[in-house]
Amino acid sequence: MLLLIARRLGLGLLVALTVMTLAFMLTRLSGDLAISIAGPSATQADVEIIRKAYGLDRPLYVQFFSWVGRAMVGDFGQSYFFKDSVSNLIARRLPITLTLGLVGLSLALIISIPLGILAAVRENTWLDRGVTMFTMVGQAIPSFWLALILMIVLGLNLGILPISGTGTWQHFVMPGIVLAFTAIPALTRLTRSGMIEAMASDYIRTARAKGLSRARIIFKHALRNAAIPVVSIAAVQLGFMLGGSIVIETVFALHGVGYLGWESIAKNDFPVVQAVVLVLAAIYIGLTLLSDILNALLDPRLRTG
Amino acid sequence: MSEPIAIHAPLTSRVGVAGFTVGIVIVGIIAVAAITGNQLVPHDAFTQDLGNRLKPPFWMEGTQAGHLLGTDQLGRDYLARLVYGARISLLIGIMTVITSGLIGITLGVLGGFFGGRVDDAVLFAITTRLSIPVVLVALAVVGLMGSGLGLVVATLGLLLWDRFAVVARATTMQIRGLDYVNAARCAGASTLHLLVKEILPNIASHLAVVATLEMALAILLEAALSFLGLGVPPPLPSWGLMIAEGKDYMFFSPWVIMVPGVALFILVLGINLVGDGLRNLLGSERSR
Repeated sequence: MLLLIARRLGLGLLVALTVMTLAFMLTRLSGDLAISIAGPSATQADVEIIRKAYGLDRPLYVQFFSWVGRAMVGDFGQSYFFKDSVSNLIARRLPITLTLGLVGLSLALIISIPLGILAAVRENTWLDRGVTMFTMVGQAIPSFWLALILMIVLGLNLGILPISGTGTWQHFVMPGIVLAFTAIPALTRLTRSGMIEAMASDYIRTARAKGLSRARIIFKHALRNAAIPVVSIAAVQLGFMLGGSIVIETVFALHGVGYLGWESIAKNDFPVVQAVVLVLAAIYIGLTLLSDILNALLDPRLRTG
Repeated sequence: MSEPIAIHAPLTSRVGVAGFTVGIVIVGIIAVAAITGNQLVPHDAFTQDLGNRLKPPFWMEGTQAGHLLGTDQLGRDYLARLVYGARISLLIGIMTVITSGLIGITLGVLGGFFGGRVDDAVLFAITTRLSIPVVLVALAVVGLMGSGLGLVVATLGLLLWDRFAVVARATTMQIRGLDYVNAARCAGASTLHLLVKEILPNIASHLAVVATLEMALAILLEAALSFLGLGVPPPLPSWGLMIAEGKDYMFFSPWVIMVPGVALFILVLGINLVGDGLRNLLGSERSR
């Protein structure tokens, strides 16, 4: 078990380093950063001053290693636009994104697990087909479009929820619904197929032979086993949702990390862009690690690593 | 570690075939409209007519003859723009699938076939790719390098190969030890011949399902990027961009976001139905 954790931890660190390299290369794609920071009206002398001030005159590998070295201890440098340290900016915005992610994931689980179970125990009936159709429709709805429609219906026509901003808990309801919607199809299908597989297994036949009630079989025996993939995917899904929340945060002007990323891209604030990519990747890596460990705890067969 | 790919038991074939047919019809109609659009629609997608701004579509009051789906905020014919947008969506979907398919299938087949160190490297690449936030990185690339159709395709292609790799790797592993592959090897076939002539044709059907999923995903992502202003540049009428441009008017004229949104939804649903139908056909084939 410890060996498994150590190996996964090592792999996670290696992935994080690779992502750091890619994030660094990404922000160098635009050509000369000093020119883009200085803006179109800058003179040659201005550009040189900026190049010196931001350390862009050093060789690339020196810039890279100094960035990696400082990022390891949580120092991502200064934002060019916000006049604040990048770590402060992210620390202030992260709780909003995490709240949104957790609201979205909880909503998604509350809806998709019962739906998946229902479809599985009524396999190949019209109910099952209805659930499948629902997941297909859900997958095809663009999240930003759903967000706008909710704004029109819940915000304007019914007037029960605020349209954008971060002020109160009500501000998280609509974004939460939209974010949940992006995860519901996959989670529902997974619960359904997990339940169908579990219901066909030997231990369920044994439970039936013992004369247990149907409800007891479904909830006590089948669900526990079907839950294993769902729990582990839920952790991974949360990582995807945090990464994908950038669109939703932007639509609802919810000032989380995703919105910060979008703002910084528009403003060429590349230390922030690098850091946001890295933080989202790190959260994902952490969550997959967690899900691997969780899986090993739930299923002893996976413990050998 | 991989993205949730739902394994999905086949429905009864009757319903499966119906869904598949509906999907083919939807995608077919949209494809025909995209190709022949400028002959069918009397208007041009770019001509502005500021005297005729935001005219509603035919089912609403105050509509204008000749503009079946109304006009946008600059008086451009909405149907002409919608049809042009279909061309952009399909083009981006297909080009992205080709790019990402080439990358993902190559990596997956190599990893699955050779195993060992090669497979470790492929798995590492997949893990790394999955930990990269797609939307953010795509936005950053387009934001830093300037928007454009080609750049969007290249970016999405470089980001969306993971599922191809996962499926190609898993299916290659399943069949690499089968008798016919070994027989070809004993007959002196080269590794390249084994990969291209023996392995690839036999995993192609699984990859076709992935291709539909990725095409739908690429179309949705392009729309999202364009919606955020960092995808296809105006005045090109990407559906995402049309929704973004209509956003300022949506509270008074909701149809400006409904029309392109519904189009996007129907196209993606059609592609998903095709993919689902393929998967079901495959499923029933396997159980036979």
